[in-house]
Amino acid sequence: MDAILLQILNGLDKGSAYALIALGLTLIFGTLGVVNFAHGALFMIGAFCAVTLQRLFGLSFETIDETQTDFLGNPLKVKTPYVEAWFGPDFGATIIDWSVPLAILFAIPVMLVIGYVMERGLIKHFYKRPHADQILVTFGLAIVLQEVIKYYYGANPIQTPAPDALSGVMQVLPGVVYPVWRVVYFCFAVLVIGGVFAFLQFTTFGMVVRAGMADRETVGLLGIDIDKRFTLMFGLAAAVAGLAGVMYGPINAPNYHMGMDFLVLSFVVVVVGGMGSLPGAVLAGFLLGILESFASTTWATTTIPGINQIIIYLVAIIILLTRPRGLMGRKGVME
Amino acid sequence: MSKTNLTRRGVLKSGAVAGAGVALPTIFTASSASAFTNEPTGSSVTLGFNVPQTGPYADEGADELRAYELAVEHLNGGGDGGLLNTFSSKVLDGTGILGKKVEYVTGDTQTKSDAARASAQSMIQKDGAIMITGGSSSGVAVAVQGLCQEAGVIFMAGLTHSNDTTGKDKKANGFRHFFNGYMSGAALAPVLEQLYGNDRKAYHLTADYTWGWTQQESIAAATEALGWETVNNVLTPLAATDFSSYIAPVLNSGADVLVLNHYGGNMVNSLTNAVQFGLREKQVNGKNFEIVVPLFSRLMARGAGENIKGIVGSTNWHWSLQDEGSKAFVKSFGTKYGFPPSQAAHTCYVQTLLYADAVTRANSFNPCDVAAALEGFEFDGMGNGPTLYRAEDHQCFKDVLVVRGKENPTSEFDLLEIVEVTPAAQVTYPPDHPMFAGGQLGSCNPGA
Repeated sequence: MDAILLQILNGLDKGSAYALIALGLTLIFGTLGVVNFAHGALFMIGAFCAVTLQRLFGLSFETIDETQTDFLGNPLKVKTPYVEAWFGPDFGATIIDWSVPLAILFAIPVMLVIGYVMERGLIKHFYKRPHADQILVTFGLAIVLQEVIKYYYGANPIQTPAPDALSGVMQVLPGVVYPVWRVVYFCFAVLVIGGVFAFLQFTTFGMVVRAGMADRETVGLLGIDIDKRFTLMFGLAAAVAGLAGVMYGPINAPNYHMGMDFLVLSFVVVVVGGMGSLPGAVLAGFLLGILESFASTTWATTTIPGINQIIIYLVAIIILLTRPRGLMGRKGVME
Repeated sequence: MSKTNLTRRGVLKSGAVAGAGVALPTIFTASSASAFTNEPTGSSVTLGFNVPQTGPYADEGADELRAYELAVEHLNGGGDGGLLNTFSSKVLDGTGILGKKVEYVTGDTQTKSDAARASAQSMIQKDGAIMITGGSSSGVAVAVQGLCQEAGVIFMAGLTHSNDTTGKDKKANGFRHFFNGYMSGAALAPVLEQLYGNDRKAYHLTADYTWGWTQQESIAAATEALGWETVNNVLTPLAATDFSSYIAPVLNSGADVLVLNHYGGNMVNSLTNAVQFGLREKQVNGKNFEIVVPLFSRLMARGAGENIKGIVGSTNWHWSLQDEGSKAFVKSFGTKYGFPPSQAAHTCYVQTLLYADAVTRANSFNPCDVAAALEGFEFDGMGNGPTLYRAEDHQCFKDVLVVRGKENPTSEFDLLEIVEVTPAAQVTYPPDHPMFAGGQLGSCNPGA
């Protein structure tokens, strides 16, 4: 029973990342009709926003400690972060310790700007082009972004630890412990997903966007600049992916190819959920996360060797064979 | 009126004569002018450095490339000479190799076997590389080694730890300085027994490719010989990033040790996940739960951050060794690049010097002469103590280090401490050991 609970929690966690990325992908596809293969790169850039803030907080000045030597036998250069010098050692250390949650504030404007620039500078030129062209150009963009990050940050994973207060494990049931940060990540994902749905459901802006998603031409004929709103939605989708990346850092250390690792799975999630369906993307994200988690149990891997590696694709095939539009897909989309 | 006697036999004879005539110039130019593949004829010789410049092992590849450039600099008489000063063989004098200036070309393996083969092939066919070296994955090393055997050039393997490289996939043209999974098991087992006792239940997570399989087999055999029980072995995809769903079952498996047969980014993530799930604070079967990472590297340790503290593993070489060779290499590399070299950098640098030395001793670039010079070669002063390049399988036998993640590092490089230097004799196995069976070294191929 404990094992089942743990795998469900794990699946929800993994599903949180899938759902957040798939939500952004679906927003872009639903509004602009663009298949954005650079979306994984946006998730990766979000994670590197946390790395960047951590490094900014870590900027230091050097003093020479004659009593110690470095690896070549020269006097050791001791680094003291400016933040600690300005705010005192204790408060300065706390700021550095909380760099990942604080990176949310840093990442939101950065991701909105990146999304806006990406849409205006490149994507808009491909609206009327075939999906194959869109895939090629966005995939190329993803590779460029990935290489830029690798150039500046290196290829090795970079640790972005959770704050001490949110590290360690918590007891979810008697005898069952689970990492605190993973619970935080799940709660954060639920909040973001809820926020996006509320924004689309309860604001005038969201109402217009939904109307535009249903019939772009008619909304345009009403004198509403739907293109501008859709551009902002692209920025919002980028921000959602970015936030997913920021908070994912303490779970797995950010590295330059993490976006590619998630991209294919997220597309499977979108297709299983139903192209263009926001609730479908979220539902499929959590569903496939849990299935993948259970497929990795000792029982599953010993009963069907390799099931952990193919389960998502297997389920995707079954769902698409029996329900070609995906779980909650709309008629006419991608048909 | 002319009469023609066009018979089948006549046509065949004429064809054979004409064919031989057409082929004659090629026979003379190809065979007599070049006795072996890419025989150097000018004033320089080209080496091919095939490393991962992209992909998950790109940082290892970058360090390997730095080491290769340093080796070339030293072979050509530049810098402080590095390990040329401490190497027991004294035939290298800083004038290149056999008086020819050393040049090099680089390729990107992308940590993919097909890309690595294509890259090596291009370096051999287009750039005229006479020796290929590099790697950072056993899958890649095995693939490139096979290609070099077919092409008739020497392959000096870089970072490859699978038993198969000098086991079932060994080749006469391929040589490995790096240690292997069996040696890790042999070096680790006594230390694990001393630290954790001989009544343990181990759960293995294993990267699903040649390196993971053979390392797991080696570690399981070594620990089972101590009395440990292997509870389970779960294969994980190389592309996996989140290992939490593999870690959670460990909690209820009854195991009190988790062995992570992972490398690079996989190890960083799986270890991070294991620590997140509180495995290091857990008590099972009345014992503290322990995590073992059989193959460690400083670059990986840097990626894993705080999580490596107290974790035990093995490594081929470490910059903190205090022998003259290691100190010379650290000084040379550290002065040039500003940080100490990794074990990948060390093994690649040494392989380049060993190749150059073998050519010089053989007084020939012919791969068969070079192979003969390397086979059974004993040397010292390269940082791992006295070392033997065994003739039977082209595997180096030398001391193996057991290391542990340092609790209180003094710098960003001071991440691992040496727990034990296991003597070469303790990690040496017979050439026909079952874990290395199934392949033939074959005979050297000079190509051309």
